[in-house]
Amino acid sequence: MLRIALRGLWSRKLRTSLTAFAVVLGISMVAGTYVLTDTINKSFNTLMASARADTSAVVSGKSLVKNGATSDQPTVPASLLARVSSLPGAASAYGVVETESARMIDAKGDPVGPAGPPALGFGRDPASIGRDGAFKIIDGRWAKGPGEVAIDVASAKKAHVSIGDTIRVEGSGPLQSFRIVGLLQWGSSNSLGGATMAVFDLPTAQRLFGLGGRLSEIDVIAKDGVSPARLVAQIKPLLPPNAKALTVDEQIKEDQSQWSSFAKIIRYALLTFAGIALFVGAFVIFNTLSITVAQRTREMATLRTIGASRRQILGGVLTEGLTIGALASVIGIGVGILLAAGLSALMGAIGIDVPRTATVYAPRTFVISIVTGVVVTLLASLGPALRATRVPPIAAVREGAVLARRRSSRLRQIASGLLLATSLAVLGVGLFGSFDQSSQRLLTIAAGCALFFIAVALLSAYFARPLARIVGAPGSTFGGTAGKLARENAMRVPARTASTAAALMIGLALVTFVSVLAQGFVRSIGVAIRKQASADYIVMANDGYSTYSNAVAGRLARVPGVEKAVALRTDTVIAFGKQISITGFDPKTASSVYKFDWQEGSNASLAKLGGDGAIVTDSFAHKHGLGIGSPLPVQMPDGRKLRLRVIAVNKQPELIELLGEVTVSEKAFDAVYRNPKTTLLTYLRTTGGESEAVAARLRSALAVFPSVQVLTEKKAIDTQSSGMNTLLAMFYVLLGLSVVVSVFGIVNTLALAVFERTRELGMLRAIGMTRRQARRMIRHESITISLIGAATGIPVGIFLAAMVTTALSRYDIVFSLPVSSLVAFTLATVVAGMLAAILPARRASRLNVLEALQYE
Amino acid sequence: MQTQIESEPRVSYSSRRDSELVPRSVVQARNLTRRFGRGETSVDALRDVSLDVPAGRLTAIMGPSGSGKSTLMHILAGLDRPTSGTVEIDGTEITTLDDTPLTKLRREHVGFIFQFFNLLPMLTARENIVLPLEIAGEKVEAAWLEQLVGSVGLAERLSHRPAEMSGGQQQRVAIARSLITRPTVLFADEPTGNLDSMTGGDILALLRHSVDAFDQTIVMVTHDARAATVADRVLFLADGQIVKQLTDTTPEEVHLAISELGKE
Repeated sequence: MLRIALRGLWSRKLRTSLTAFAVVLGISMVAGTYVLTDTINKSFNTLMASARADTSAVVSGKSLVKNGATSDQPTVPASLLARVSSLPGAASAYGVVETESARMIDAKGDPVGPAGPPALGFGRDPASIGRDGAFKIIDGRWAKGPGEVAIDVASAKKAHVSIGDTIRVEGSGPLQSFRIVGLLQWGSSNSLGGATMAVFDLPTAQRLFGLGGRLSEIDVIAKDGVSPARLVAQIKPLLPPNAKALTVDEQIKEDQSQWSSFAKIIRYALLTFAGIALFVGAFVIFNTLSITVAQRTREMATLRTIGASRRQILGGVLTEGLTIGALASVIGIGVGILLAAGLSALMGAIGIDVPRTATVYAPRTFVISIVTGVVVTLLASLGPALRATRVPPIAAVREGAVLARRRSSRLRQIASGLLLATSLAVLGVGLFGSFDQSSQRLLTIAAGCALFFIAVALLSAYFARPLARIVGAPGSTFGGTAGKLARENAMRVPARTASTAAALMIGLALVTFVSVLAQGFVRSIGVAIRKQASADYIVMANDGYSTYSNAVAGRLARVPGVEKAVALRTDTVIAFGKQISITGFDPKTASSVYKFDWQEGSNASLAKLGGDGAIVTDSFAHKHGLGIGSPLPVQMPDGRKLRLRVIAVNKQPELIELLGEVTVSEKAFDAVYRNPKTTLLTYLRTTGGESEAVAARLRSALAVFPSVQVLTEKKAIDTQSSGMNTLLAMFYVLLGLSVVVSVFGIVNTLALAVFERTRELGMLRAIGMTRRQARRMIRHESITISLIGAATGIPVGIFLAAMVTTALSRYDIVFSLPVSSLVAFTLATVVAGMLAAILPARRASRLNVLEALQYE
Repeated sequence: MQTQIESEPRVSYSSRRDSELVPRSVVQARNLTRRFGRGETSVDALRDVSLDVPAGRLTAIMGPSGSGKSTLMHILAGLDRPTSGTVEIDGTEITTLDDTPLTKLRREHVGFIFQFFNLLPMLTARENIVLPLEIAGEKVEAAWLEQLVGSVGLAERLSHRPAEMSGGQQQRVAIARSLITRPTVLFADEPTGNLDSMTGGDILALLRHSVDAFDQTIVMVTHDARAATVADRVLFLADGQIVKQLTDTTPEEVHLAISELGKE
């Protein structure tokens, strides 16, 4: 039986590979994701380990805030260095300054390097540098003294500068110029994921990055015979409360864990899209196998008459599924490896070169890929296999392919209805229920969606016929006889048409879903921003979310025409055991731009902010039972504790909150956050509103802050939305993969239909249908199927988006239909249908009429 | 060899049978009724048919279209179930059997030959022939296979696939496939229906040869009047009932019988 199944597959090579292709794409994405993330992980880990090759122990500041949510980077006092280096176990110790905000600016005033990766800036003791594996000087020497810098080779190339030239660097204040004295690279890699590197001597870096008297870390080298652990034990008594000392191995692990948690997010995001593609692929497999089983009814029946049991028939079809799955997985892994290589080449092309030691092929990659591919295919072939077992032996003596009798269609209807109800219930729980962890909520929603798609696919068999009548109408009206026949053909086996269209439906539904939701978000962002504040100009970082120098607001306030410049500082603080956002502003000017919506207190309360007063949001106050006068103990990222007092409660929308849960006066804020770059937004009120003259003056005042931009309020809102558009474009590309898979499904169905209707096509050709007409007939059928996919997918996507919008109603998300996008999706669907028809149509038109008519 | 069988006088095989002795019956059908549809539109394809299929004989079932002959054979072979009545194959009542024991019964006792041959296109002739054994998980007896292949005249064609063979050759493969398990009874459904008359004659002769050489019991439904030349007994069906029975008959007699039935 096994042999029969395999031989059968072999004899239908083309069909088998087309079927397998439905899974190949999904698996290639799974494999590609693992290979890529493993490789990047390994490279970073190796780099991080090698950078500390010579070090025994590392002293650094502790931060209570996770995920780098603070600009208050952990530091240790510089005075600690001398005490550590005089320890009996320490041979030597070096101070290090390290930041991610040392943007280099080239002669034209443009930033060097891509926007995403960090612009690393270091302060190193020239005596220590080069000792470890971190930096290597390629040309020139290390920076010594206030006006010097050594930069990485790649950045020098990008900025067209070399030794002796000047380069400007934006640290925590205005731009400063430095003479390049050396070119360097990190370890043996000439790129660190596109990050730029500028290395100064210690005092220069401390000054440039606003870290006077502080160090990012102290690297300690042990005397011979002193173990890192013993050294750490000696260091510990010297440490201030917010500092820690780790052995080098512990430190490397910590360095790596930060990166790997980021890599994990990317990995799971990519795997989610791979999962969607596999889900769609499962539909295609199910569909193709269903059709081939139907076409082989007589073969199955004959096997039954010569003694095959139902179990053997089941085994036969499942073997086919298993083989297709295994085949697809193996090919998918191959494609995935290419995909990973292609992706890292692509990333290199846009400047985010991935440092690569060697591509990592973890056994886990292969196991997961193959198991997933096989399991998905097996599950998809279970339905057709069970159908095959219901082929009665008597079908062997009937003429033509008799479709195996379906389970009572009434039963099916009820089952589909029940599934729909269940899926909606699961979705409802996922969206509106309460969960401890958001991952559980997401999984529940995902399961609900999957069930919902299956239910809609099952039910669509019942409305495929009327739908085909409607969406096939244009083709039928303008496509002549071929168009009419195409519509009839699409309606012939509604279940088949429906499940072919269902694969496309899923992709379209998801595309529609993200598009509707994104539009809602974009609209809501504007509404929320306008609701909270108004100004003539808004100043923000180029990326829209980074904090920038606190000196900016003061400088802009002095520009003629500017009446008020209100800066919003932001950072993270810990209150009631949770990380929350804290804002600092000047209470004297804040109310001129910010529209407070007082729940308790009034604009007059602002005067009471002082050194320990706090305004809290209504939801935060409600959650922790706070009111005017309540004490509010908070803890700084470095561990210092502050006792604040609530002086007012302000209502705030929950989307794009301009103020954090807690707001304090600028003075109080600056007293505790040392970093001079904590400004998120500066609101400007100008005399006479927007004017080109003022704008020009503002821009020239900001020339020394190239990472900051000044925008009109409308532009500022658009900038916030453009981030959403980038994300949306990424989603479209990743979901496009699923659409490609479903297009293969259409190709399969049509190819099988052409095969099935060979005799009929021959007859049509014999009575005068031209090749062109035959092609058109197939093409129109394909477009009809695609449009059924669109006609179900788009409403399903809109429905899901409406549900999510309702679930997020407290965030005031607007439900808004992106009509032009939806029209574009429909047109894209028609194009997809036309592409899918190319091969089957060619086959139909090249049919040998005589042979077709003789075909048994 | 085909011609050899065909050239044998008809008397020779009927005379080989000891017609005086009543042979054991391997298939027994009692009071078979088969109703299709429900209510007013229902049709009785079979009405109270009883018959015995004697072992080692070739029984032909004939009759005009719609007479119920195919339905009768399907029920005898366990492919279809009667509305009422019983069928026993080798002592087992099959009309109430579940799928699993029915499958087992097919493996051990029943062989099929179809009008459209029903070979598996991806398998060679040899693979098609031994397929029933393979499915049943039994070993192929090399000597028996060789003998069988020789007698159907396919020794040279064993590695060919169905698409590379003529219709007659395909039906020979199908016959070999049905005989490989030495079934208690072989059912042939219009075995010459899709062949030209010359090839059809060869196939009929081959069926006769299986009866004579291997003592095979065969039930054959056919339109072909020449079936009379190879059948030990011809049953005529009309309107779902057995209306006539001829033994050791001739095509002329059969033609006459059929035309009489048509007149009724």
